[in-house]
Amino acid sequence: MSRPDKTNEELLDSLREKARRVRLGIIDALGIGNRGHVGGSMSCADIVAALYFYKMHHSPDNRGDPDRDRFIMSKGHSVLAQYAALAEAGYFDKAVLGTTKSLGSLLQGHPERTTPGVEANTGSLGQGLSIGVGMALAGKADGRSCRVYVIVGDGELAEGQVWEAAMAANHYGLDNLTVIIDMNGIQAAGRTRDRYSIQNIPGRFAAFGWKTFEIDGHDMADIVKALDMASALKGCPGAIAARTVKGKGIAFAENTHAYHNNLLTAEEREKAIASVMAI
Amino acid sequence: MEKKQEKNPRTAYGLALLELARSNPNVVALDADLCGSTQSVQIENNLPAQFFEMGIGEANMVSVAAGLALCGKIPFVHSFAVFAAGRPFDQIRQGVCLPNLNVKIVGSSAGLSDFGDGATHQCFEDMAIMRVLPHMTVLAPVDAVEVPKAAAAAAAIEGPVYIRLNRNDLPIVTEDAAPFEVGKPLVLAEGKDVALCVNGVTAGIGLDARKILENQGISARVVNFSTIKPLDEAAVRSVLSGARALVTAEEHSVIGGLGSAIMECLSKKPMPTARVGIADRYGQSAHNYGQLLEHYGLTAEAIAKAAEEVL
Repeated sequence: MSRPDKTNEELLDSLREKARRVRLGIIDALGIGNRGHVGGSMSCADIVAALYFYKMHHSPDNRGDPDRDRFIMSKGHSVLAQYAALAEAGYFDKAVLGTTKSLGSLLQGHPERTTPGVEANTGSLGQGLSIGVGMALAGKADGRSCRVYVIVGDGELAEGQVWEAAMAANHYGLDNLTVIIDMNGIQAAGRTRDRYSIQNIPGRFAAFGWKTFEIDGHDMADIVKALDMASALKGCPGAIAARTVKGKGIAFAENTHAYHNNLLTAEEREKAIASVMAI
Repeated sequence: MEKKQEKNPRTAYGLALLELARSNPNVVALDADLCGSTQSVQIENNLPAQFFEMGIGEANMVSVAAGLALCGKIPFVHSFAVFAAGRPFDQIRQGVCLPNLNVKIVGSSAGLSDFGDGATHQCFEDMAIMRVLPHMTVLAPVDAVEVPKAAAAAAAIEGPVYIRLNRNDLPIVTEDAAPFEVGKPLVLAEGKDVALCVNGVTAGIGLDARKILENQGISARVVNFSTIKPLDEAAVRSVLSGARALVTAEEHSVIGGLGSAIMECLSKKPMPTARVGIADRYGQSAHNYGQLLEHYGLTAEAIAKAAEEVL
């Protein structure tokens, strides 16, 4: 996407509107009566919107562009947010969102490359950042301008491979790689701090040689600024630790693991849409 | 053919990989601190821009290779078979085979061939666990002449390939001019009564077994199955035609490897088959390779005995 030529406030407003559409798209993809990972999709919706509609160089009309930026949803269960953004960006018709997870659908329960715009298969947690390292290495080797953005979950950081990837990115000085940690603080079985505490996430990445940024993951100004700073780094990768709220935007689903993977009834769907419209 | 002098398959592999990488700059090598053993050091020394040291972290290495492949590279990932196939199984399944990416996994020091290091470094399970993955091609070349052909065939396949390599010098049992076609077994030595199906180190052992059987009046054909997957049923039946029974011989568990693959392939019209391989057990250290092969029953005598029993 080419960067819109607007004043900053107009830009932020347009991105907030995109984030709203991503959230509505998540609700569409979830449908009625089907379980889906709504909580973690909602928590990263603002970040996903900022990536697809502000930061990333990409186009549905030039999907094979070797210089396109790559996005990887390492916490693959939150793919509903990516599907909503891809539909909004024109990679496929918005009507396809309603088929998510149905038999034979283009939109599987976790990201697969068969979906237009999806760059990597993820879902087995902890692998997306490594795939991003590979893409960033290829970009460097070929002298390409492409950048790689990876969203990981805070609970996902328990996967040791994330830290193997963090070491590799540091060793190779991958300044074309940015990781955004969606710190919604809740994983499948409960609060991350209670289940398996992973303290001082920015400090951990800093210790691995990454430049770190701490932001409010629902403040569009914060998100845009951090993405700009991370993409301007030289010689080291950037990690954006984003404080978020699980289920953000659906009031009754916020800040609870009950909506990590849950369904909406027809009535709840209407309430959810009203809640998103009221943000 | 007759066995000729011994040569090291991994040395041949390193030189073959170098040739592939020279002719195609998208060919890249990754290693997890074993580049001397796996011979990916040939790339590091001669084409350093096409080599990535990934530290002692095989899971990350495989997923990084997936990312490289997604950007048009042809990554060859190296470690010992047990660490190349077993440790990052999930990364291979989820990140490489499911999306059918162009990643080559090279499992070096397979079977018992890392004799000194013992059970942790020996691997009898790799063919089974690589073979079960959709999209994966599995190759186990028999000698230093065939290894470069297998590497070139792997590079030419647009998709994941697992190549199983032996650590030690092995007798040359194939001709320079012999074709290498994935999925098509080749006769190494003619014979009519029984077919000895071999790959890797068992090729040379199978040829010795043929001589033992010859002295007993049994005519044995030795067939090179350097492809484990995919197997072309018509080609397999053709190469086995006329034989009354089969012996499969592999430096791998009898569960899930070459013997299993051939029996599955022929399951609609099965042939009497005896399987020689490593029983359902782990390895151990020894001071030399031959001692271990004998201890685990991978001998010409054992193959000949199995042939007599199955006929």
